[in-house]
Amino acid sequence: MATLNSRVPKSDKIAEKWSKHKEHINLVNPANKRNIDIIVVGTGLAGGSASATLAELGYNVKAFCYQDSPRRAHSIAAQGGINAAKNYQGDGDSNYRLFYDTVKGGDYRSREANVHRLAEVSGNIIDQCVAQGVPFARDYGGLLDNRSFGGVLVSRTFYAKGQTGQQLLLGAYSAMNRQIARGKITMHSRHEMLDVVKVDGKARGIIARNLITGEIERHSAHAVVIATGGYGNVYFLSTNAMGSNATAAWKIHKKGAYFANPCYTQIHPTCIPRSGDYQSKLTLMSESLRNDGRIWVPKNLDDVKAIKEGLKKPTDLVEEERDYFLERRYPAFGNLVPRDVASRAAKERCDAGYGVNATGEAVYLDFASAIQRYGKEQALIQGVQNPSNEKIIQLGTGIIEAKYGNLFQMYEKIIDQNPYESPMMIYPAVHYTMGGVWVDYNLMTTVEGLYCIGEANFSDHGANRLGASALMQGLADGYFVLPYTIGNYLADDIRTGPIQTDSKEFDEAEKSVKEQLDFFINNKGTHSVDYYHKKLGNIMWEKCGMSRNKEGLEGAIKELQEVRKDFWENVKVPGSLNEFNQELEKAGRVADFLELGELFAKDALNREESCGGHFREEHVTDDGEAKRDDKNFAYVAAWEYTGKPSDAILHKEELEFKDIELKTRSYK
Amino acid sequence: MDLTLKIWRQKDANAKGKLVDYKVTDISEHMSFLEMMDVLNEQLVNTGEEPVSFDHDCREGICGMCSMYINGEAHGPDKGNTTCQLHMRSFKDGDTIHIEPFRAAAFPVIRDLVVDRSAFDRIQQAGGYISVNTSGNTQDANSIPIGKAAADDAMDAATCIGCGACVATCKNSSAMLFVGAKVSQYALLPQGQVEAADRVMDMVAQMDAEGFGNCTNTGACEVECPKGISLENIARMNREYLKASSKG
Repeated sequence: MATLNSRVPKSDKIAEKWSKHKEHINLVNPANKRNIDIIVVGTGLAGGSASATLAELGYNVKAFCYQDSPRRAHSIAAQGGINAAKNYQGDGDSNYRLFYDTVKGGDYRSREANVHRLAEVSGNIIDQCVAQGVPFARDYGGLLDNRSFGGVLVSRTFYAKGQTGQQLLLGAYSAMNRQIARGKITMHSRHEMLDVVKVDGKARGIIARNLITGEIERHSAHAVVIATGGYGNVYFLSTNAMGSNATAAWKIHKKGAYFANPCYTQIHPTCIPRSGDYQSKLTLMSESLRNDGRIWVPKNLDDVKAIKEGLKKPTDLVEEERDYFLERRYPAFGNLVPRDVASRAAKERCDAGYGVNATGEAVYLDFASAIQRYGKEQALIQGVQNPSNEKIIQLGTGIIEAKYGNLFQMYEKIIDQNPYESPMMIYPAVHYTMGGVWVDYNLMTTVEGLYCIGEANFSDHGANRLGASALMQGLADGYFVLPYTIGNYLADDIRTGPIQTDSKEFDEAEKSVKEQLDFFINNKGTHSVDYYHKKLGNIMWEKCGMSRNKEGLEGAIKELQEVRKDFWENVKVPGSLNEFNQELEKAGRVADFLELGELFAKDALNREESCGGHFREEHVTDDGEAKRDDKNFAYVAAWEYTGKPSDAILHKEELEFKDIELKTRSYK
Repeated sequence: MDLTLKIWRQKDANAKGKLVDYKVTDISEHMSFLEMMDVLNEQLVNTGEEPVSFDHDCREGICGMCSMYINGEAHGPDKGNTTCQLHMRSFKDGDTIHIEPFRAAAFPVIRDLVVDRSAFDRIQQAGGYISVNTSGNTQDANSIPIGKAAADDAMDAATCIGCGACVATCKNSSAMLFVGAKVSQYALLPQGQVEAADRVMDMVAQMDAEGFGNCTNTGACEVECPKGISLENIARMNREYLKASSKG
C-alpha cells in the first residue's frame, strides 16, 4: 500500500528548505533528457507553463487539452490578478508575509513548506512574465502597478486590467508555441484523457480520445503530469468553463492516487446572481471590485419588499437605511475580508430575508462612494474649482471605468442594468476547489511517476484560497517547482528507453475505456446527461454548499447513490462512437462527478469542524463564526479508492505548524 | 418568445451540409444565446435526434471558443460581444434566426457549427513569442520602465481572444487583424524588439501559407471584433513588415 510521506525536507529552517532541496535532488543531464518523454494533460497556467519549461529543459513533451487550442484553458477567465511578494509599494511586504497571509487565509489547513516555497518563487513569476511580454498594468513612471485583494493588508497584486489570467495564459501559450515550433512539444488539442496506464506500479502513459474522430489512442511516457484544474462543475452551476471536468483527476484516483480534502470548496462572494432554471453557468465579478465597492442590503425588511416590488430603487435608500454588513461585522478588513467569510455573511443576510432580487439571493455591491471619492480627488488634480456633484460623478466614473470597465460592461450585458448608476447585484457562487489530488513536496501523487499540479492538486491553499493566489500557484508549480522535482524521479529512467504501447497494461486500460463508451452509446435510456448533471448539482448546492450539517450530508450521500444508479440505468447518449460527439464527452465527465460528489460529502461528514470554505453548522462560535478544531482535525484527509466512494479509506497527513502559531482566524 | 431557427447541419468535414429548420418555444429574454441552443439540444436529445454541435467553453466572453455566424454577423447582432454573451433580449417573438459556422477556406468545418481554427495556432508558432527560457534569473520586472501609453496599447492589442470573427467577417477571409494584434503587442514592448523583424516576416509568411486572404481596408473586422481590436494594429503590422523587408 502506498504510504503518505509528504517528503518535506526535515531539518532545515523553513526559508531554506526549498533551496537546499533543489541543491540535493537528482538531475538528468541534457543529453539524457532527449530520451525522456513526459505527458502533460491540461494546458492552463500550470500545464502550459510546465509543458513549456520541461521542453526548454530538453524533455520530449506530449501535451493534451480538450479545447481546440491550448490558449482556451479556463485559467484564461481569471480576472483580478496575481500575487507576488515584490514589495514594490514599500508597504512592508515580504516572502514571510505572503506565506503567513496564505496559511492564515487557508485557515491553517495547508502544508507550511509548500506555501513558503510558493511565496519564495512568487517574485520570479512576475520577472518571467514581464520578460515574455505580458503587458501588466503600469503607472505613469513606467513601473508596475499593484492593487489589494481580500484577506491581506498590503498591495501585492499585479494585474492586466480585469484580464490577468488571459494575459498570463497567453504568456505560457507563447512559450509553448516556441517549443511546439521546435518540435519539443507535440500538441494534442481536442483530445481528452480517459485513463492513466500503470506499468509495474509506475505511471507510463494515458488512454485518450480524439474528440474529432472518436478514435481511442495510446500515448506513452516516462512520467505523467495531470494539470486539469478543479472539480467545481460537480455543482453543475459554477464559474468554471462548461467543459471543466474532473475526469483525469478522478481516473487517477481510481488507479491509486489519493484524493485529498474534497470538501474544501471556494464559494466566491461576488458573482452575478442566477436568473432561471435554464442557467448554464455563473459569471464571476472580480474580487478586485471589493477594493472600491461596498457591500450592503437594506436595514429594514419593508425596504427589501419595496425594492422587490419595484416601488423603491436602491439609490432611494439613504445611508442610515443601509446595512453595510461586512463593515459592521469586520471593521478591520471591512469589504476586503477573505472570500469564505464574505460569502457566508451574504448568505446569512439573504437567509434572514434581506436578499434584494426576485429569488431573494442577491446583495448590493455599490460604487457610489468610490465614484465620489475619486471624483473629488480628480477635481483637485485637474484644478476644477467648486465642482458640481455632476462633475464629481463624471470624473469619478471615469476612474472607475478605467479600473474596472470590462467588468462593468460584462455585468451590463448579462443583467441589462447600468452598474455606474445603480449598484450591482451579486451573490456567492462556486468558483474554485482547494481540495484535489494528494501530492508530496515534489508534487508527485501516491502513484510513482504520476504528478499533479495547479488547481488539480490540494497542497497550497488549505481550506480557503486567497484572491490572486490561484494564478500564482499554477505558474509556480509549472515554471519553478515541477521542472526541478520531476528530474529527481526521472534520473532513474535514463536507461529505460522508449515505453512501448503494445503491453497488456495498455490493452487493459484501453479495453475498459472502450467498454464504458460502448455502454453509453448502446444504452437505451430516457434522460439526457444534463438531466443527471443538474440533479447532482442541486444536491451538492443544497447539502454540500456554503453550510453543511450531518443530517444533510448523510442525506446527500444516499441521494447521490440513487442518482448514480438511475444514471447508469437510464442515461441516454445520442450519436455514435467514431464521430464528434459532445453528449458522449459529457456523459463520461458526469459519471465521474457522480462518484466524486459522494466522496466530497463523505469527507465533509468526516470533518467535524468549521474551517475555511467548509462550514459545519454544528461547529460555530457564540457569535456565529466558524469554529475550527485544531486538536482533532489539523490534518489532510487523503482518501484511498477501494472500489466505490463509500468504501474509501481515510489516510491522514498531520499538519505541522512550526513557523506560524495556530490561532483563531480573525478579521474583526 | 417562440423562434424559428435555421441551423447549418453538416456531419463531418467531407459531408455536404444544409440549413435545417427547428422551432423553440417559451424562450426567456434573459437567456443567453447559447442557453437557447442548450434548450434546443435538450429537446433534440429527448426526441431522439442528434443535437447541434457548437464550440463553447467559458461562456463569459474570454476563452474565444464560441463562434457562430448569426443572421449574417459573426457573434450575432450586438457589438463588442461573443456569442456566449449575446442574450435573447436582442431578438423578438416570432423571429427567424439563421445560424451558420464561421466560414473561411482556412477554417474548415468539423461538424455543424464547429470549425477548425488551428491555423491560428500555427501562425503563433511561427513567431508569436519572445524567445526567453524559464529561469529564476531573469532581470527584475521593474528594471525596464515601460511608458504607460505603450503598455496600455500593448495590452489593448493583447486582449485578442483568437475567436476568428475577423476572418469570418472579412470578405477576403483575411487574418490581418489577428496577426496584427500579436505583432503589435510585442512591437510596442521593449522585450519584443530583439526579434521584431523575424517575427513579423515569419508570422505573415505562415498567415499566407494557411490560405488567409489579404486586407483591403474595409474595416469590417474591427466592427465585428468582440474585443474592439483596432485597425491601427494592421497599420502597425504593415509598418513593421516594411521595416523588416527593407532590412533584407
